[in-house]
Amino acid sequence: MAEKGKKVMVTVRKPPHGSIYVQESIEVMFIFATYEMDLSVVFLDDGVLALHAGQDTKGLGIKGFMASLGALVDWEVTNVYVDRQSLKDRGIAEDAIIAIGKDDDSGAPIRPKVLDTAQIAAMMTGQHSIVSF
Amino acid sequence: MLHTVNKSPFQNGALENCLRLARDGDAILLLEDGVYAAAAGTVKSSLIEQAVKRHAVYAIEADLKARGLGNLIKDVRVASYGDFVDLVEKHTVHAWL
Repeated sequence: MAEKGKKVMVTVRKPPHGSIYVQESIEVMFIFATYEMDLSVVFLDDGVLALHAGQDTKGLGIKGFMASLGALVDWEVTNVYVDRQSLKDRGIAEDAIIAIGKDDDSGAPIRPKVLDTAQIAAMMTGQHSIVSF
Repeated sequence: MLHTVNKSPFQNGALENCLRLARDGDAILLLEDGVYAAAAGTVKSSLIEQAVKRHAVYAIEADLKARGLGNLIKDVRVASYGDFVDLVEKHTVHAWL
């Protein structure tokens, strides 16, 4: 499967800290990026909760993965999308989600791009494979 | 596109999440506990009753039989594991875990 340039998608639909799914999804994103695959990442349903600002897992005694999410762009995971309806359903403002990196020149934060469900559905159709979490 | 759903519609929203995103003409395959959605006369039956108007909806025969489900929503197609393989071969797959 790890063929250079192949279109692959990772979808994240689980909430962040009750299970290992989101942590594992980030590992897979980094692996796909390392193999220079044409990767897109989509957060939808409860997966958008992983993008909630201000998460602090110290009290759970775990390191968490906010640092990894904040460095996706540095790892060349740049095509990162989030479902508008899922954010809305959970009361998360589109401009309040965490940054996944910052612009090299301006230093401005780069956030996942908010898309409508229909746009995400269309993007799914063109993939060689989709790995879901 | 082929969407697979393996969770009971009484347990969580995976099927509803799937149906919200699936485009007209996409195929939907119910397997494992997902096949409970194919049963007629339940509080969740309307999901698949509506879905069959827009999608080919399949349910895995072995999972139906294992759960004693025979009274299915009209137009749900009973699929063997071989049919499952054919569908996977033909489509990009998204698993709604």
